[in-house]
Amino acid sequence: MTVAAAAPPASPPRDDKRWRQVDVRIRRLGARPDALIEVLHTVQEVFGYLDDDALSYVSEALGVPPSRVLGVATFYSHFVRKPQGEHTCVVCMGTACYINGAGAILSRIHDTLGIDAGGTTPDGQISLLRARCLGACSMAPAVVIDDEVHGRLSPDGVQQMLEAL
Amino acid sequence: MTEAGTPTPARRRRQESLIPAGPVRASAHVCMAAGCLSMQADTVFDSLCERVTARGLTDVAVKRVGCLGLCAAGPLVAVPEMGRMYDHVAAGDDAALDGVVDGLAGGEGGRQTATDPFFSHQVKVVLEHCGQIDPERVEDYVAVGGYESLTKAVTTMTPAEVLGEVSRSGIRGRGGAGYPTGLKWTTVAKTDSPQGKYVVCNGDEGDPGAFMDRSVLESSPQQVLEGMAIAGYAVGANHGYVYVRAEYPLAVKRLTTAIRQAEHAGLLGPRIADTSFGFDVEIRIGAGAFVCGEETALIASIEGGRGTPRPRPPYPAASGLWGKPTLINNVETLASIPAIIGRGAEWYSAIGSGKSLGTKVFALAGSVVNTGLIEVPLGLTLREIVFDIGGGLPGGGKFKAVQTGGPSGGCMPESLLDMSVDYESLAQAGSIMGSGGMIVMDDGTCMVDVAKFFMDFCREESCGKCVPCRVGTTQMYHLLDRITRGLASRDELGELESLAGMVRDTSLCGLGQGSPNPVVSTLRYFRDEYMAHIDDHVCPAGVCKMEPREAALAAGEVAP
Amino acid sequence: MSVLTLTIEGRDVAGQTGHTILQVARENGIAIPTLCHLQGLSDVGACRLCVVEVEGQRKLFPACVTTIDEGMKVTVNSERLAAHRRRIVELLFTERNHICSVCVADRNCELQDLAVEVGLTHFDLPLLSPQAVVDATHERFGIDHNRCVLCTRCVRVCDEIEGAHTWDVMGRGTEARLITDMGIPWGDSNTCTSCGKCVQVCPTGALFEKGRSVAEARRRRPYLPYLVAHEGRTR
Repeated sequence: MTVAAAAPPASPPRDDKRWRQVDVRIRRLGARPDALIEVLHTVQEVFGYLDDDALSYVSEALGVPPSRVLGVATFYSHFVRKPQGEHTCVVCMGTACYINGAGAILSRIHDTLGIDAGGTTPDGQISLLRARCLGACSMAPAVVIDDEVHGRLSPDGVQQMLEAL
Repeated sequence: MTEAGTPTPARRRRQESLIPAGPVRASAHVCMAAGCLSMQADTVFDSLCERVTARGLTDVAVKRVGCLGLCAAGPLVAVPEMGRMYDHVAAGDDAALDGVVDGLAGGEGGRQTATDPFFSHQVKVVLEHCGQIDPERVEDYVAVGGYESLTKAVTTMTPAEVLGEVSRSGIRGRGGAGYPTGLKWTTVAKTDSPQGKYVVCNGDEGDPGAFMDRSVLESSPQQVLEGMAIAGYAVGANHGYVYVRAEYPLAVKRLTTAIRQAEHAGLLGPRIADTSFGFDVEIRIGAGAFVCGEETALIASIEGGRGTPRPRPPYPAASGLWGKPTLINNVETLASIPAIIGRGAEWYSAIGSGKSLGTKVFALAGSVVNTGLIEVPLGLTLREIVFDIGGGLPGGGKFKAVQTGGPSGGCMPESLLDMSVDYESLAQAGSIMGSGGMIVMDDGTCMVDVAKFFMDFCREESCGKCVPCRVGTTQMYHLLDRITRGLASRDELGELESLAGMVRDTSLCGLGQGSPNPVVSTLRYFRDEYMAHIDDHVCPAGVCKMEPREAALAAGEVAP
Repeated sequence: MSVLTLTIEGRDVAGQTGHTILQVARENGIAIPTLCHLQGLSDVGACRLCVVEVEGQRKLFPACVTTIDEGMKVTVNSERLAAHRRRIVELLFTERNHICSVCVADRNCELQDLAVEVGLTHFDLPLLSPQAVVDATHERFGIDHNRCVLCTRCVRVCDEIEGAHTWDVMGRGTEARLITDMGIPWGDSNTCTSCGKCVQVCPTGALFEKGRSVAEARRRRPYLPYLVAHEGRTR
């Protein structure tokens, strides 16, 4: 690895107080290269997404080569590299949800909001995501709107909830 | 702490159970697992606390507990002292809420759990404490005998005796392949490592349709920690990791609380039960990659890298986390350990049948009346699980298949309903036990579409390292897609079968090797559905949209 | 270190503890096709071309990372293995855009050689034809992602030998792509030492020296003698 662990402390990409939370986390984890995923979780919790500046900062702070940081950040589907909408809507596409009509929910959202999974409405209000399985199979099809799980939904029900946001 | 007699308007959400200071005559267990929570179980809990205090029931507790199992009928409230379960206790449903409070006061109502077939067929070992204890109170776990097994192990047994007990119990890995747990433990124990060893709890439950690990972690997290500590003692490890999916924030929260409380109570940490044995546990949160359930990928992920599997051997038991011997067990396996040590191997091995001993938790979902979480002795038939416990299909729907084992599993047809559910029978039928998801499908489900669904899953979750899985699953997906659009020829079906064999034989890890199973099993039992798509351009279940033959011909998408 | 005896393709051979099937086979002049393996670099067992049969085992084993055992009976060539290898090469050809007639590596390409070796004469599977790009921002080298087979030899040589770790892989599945640093153009990389090792180890025309046209790429493997000196590492 080229980036020596003993490099001078990297400076955050932006003059933003929130970086202190990230720095505290990095210090607590001992700035070890194997803390990469933990730190990326923290950055995403604080800023909502991982942009290139943030990734570069994490790369320097942990002494992990930049290509490796990007490799890890793009391997895991939980990490996003674009800002998400004001609200998020996660449609579960697990087996039980799939056979109970999760596809119809996705196409209804596509028809009404004009976005596909991974997209955000042009006004930045709603981001649509797909989940592999939320473990809420007994309430299939399930949708998570802003961290709240809703079960046994119909396309109409989801549309109503999204319109109410 | 008591609040009885002083009605407090619960404006602010109560975060703690309502426990009276004196003796408890009856207690309402309000399910706070993900399923019921999504139906406002926390509001139900608040309302029940208010009503109990308003009625002046000073000898009644209202507890926040984990999964009660019958997720289909939530929100659920159990009153164990009366052997009753109240279902559909919706927030704001005054009649239902009052019904529960009447029950607490001595009245009638609710389901009798002793005679209700959903409950009476079950044998609870892993789920023994789920729904009985408040998962955020270590006192509750200790009160039901928690950590007695760990104390027993470290104070009265040698590590070899613990290994012997686990081996004799006959328990096999509950995460998928069913490798004998005792053998795995013994291998790790035998490997010398002056630099230490690790115990890893695999909670990266990614099989769509399986949620038992989630429920156990959310409902009885201490039980898993105790199992890990016993494993650590047996194999000579002092450090453990729990790897949990990021999709399970509640499990992460409760586990974090559980670790803190256990350390505070001296049940984890240095010098457990005043012996020289110490064990601590850290949480690692996954970031959304199914392949991380594979043990070498899981290790790569804990080490902070891309979760790509590597060839085995060396097995993690010899060289795992940071090159040290590492024991990796699934949540359910570890949650079984305290009971095995506490009650003995003979007690455990008396449950189950043949080479599949003990109990297994299944997540019932799909077209079945009683969706939810069940625990049964291995060796029950599919029919008993789907129809007796599951209550059959809703609205008199016609059974078509039950899918077990997730993306590496298969679809069992009606003719196999009387098959015993054990590792060997499932493998013979072309499926696997997997983590225990069971998805019931009715005749409105197209089996080719189901195969395509799983192939799409494997294709997207393939880490991209080895060629057969990376490109093979993509090519298989394209072939399945063409079949579901009515564009494929019989030759292409031949290609699909040939690819399936090659991907199974040559892929690097279990995800790739298992990925053809849904295709192979549906071809084995539902070949006529494939032929209907190919020869007659018809989807018998009416799910797939067939493309007009003429247009496809004109576009050169099919051979004339 | 002790000597173990085994049979490969029916021949009695001997090798040292810790040596791989591939090593012992090659020492004895028995050919096993490989792609991601390169003597001197760590092995990843990713291309699966070197899978062999071991008597008494249902599973197939990658020869590059499977160490020998006393009395092992290894089959390198069987109908099943030949069919699987042909399929693997076919999958590689259909994954991206490998058109030999316009490639710098034509007649100097390990993928092409493999196709000849396994007898791949035509494709039964459709071409996936992704839209891949060419990065020619580096002053001396270029990368054509259309030709990349994701063997990761470049990633390993850059990390293990040069110590730069400029290369890595992003994304997963068929979306996986090689990247330089934070996914920036190769020419802008400040970790790249322009040593050219990655170009030398690339089995196809994905990594190339500028100024070469069709069929002109020449790999100067002797340029990397120290790679061979590492032979014996089995990790």
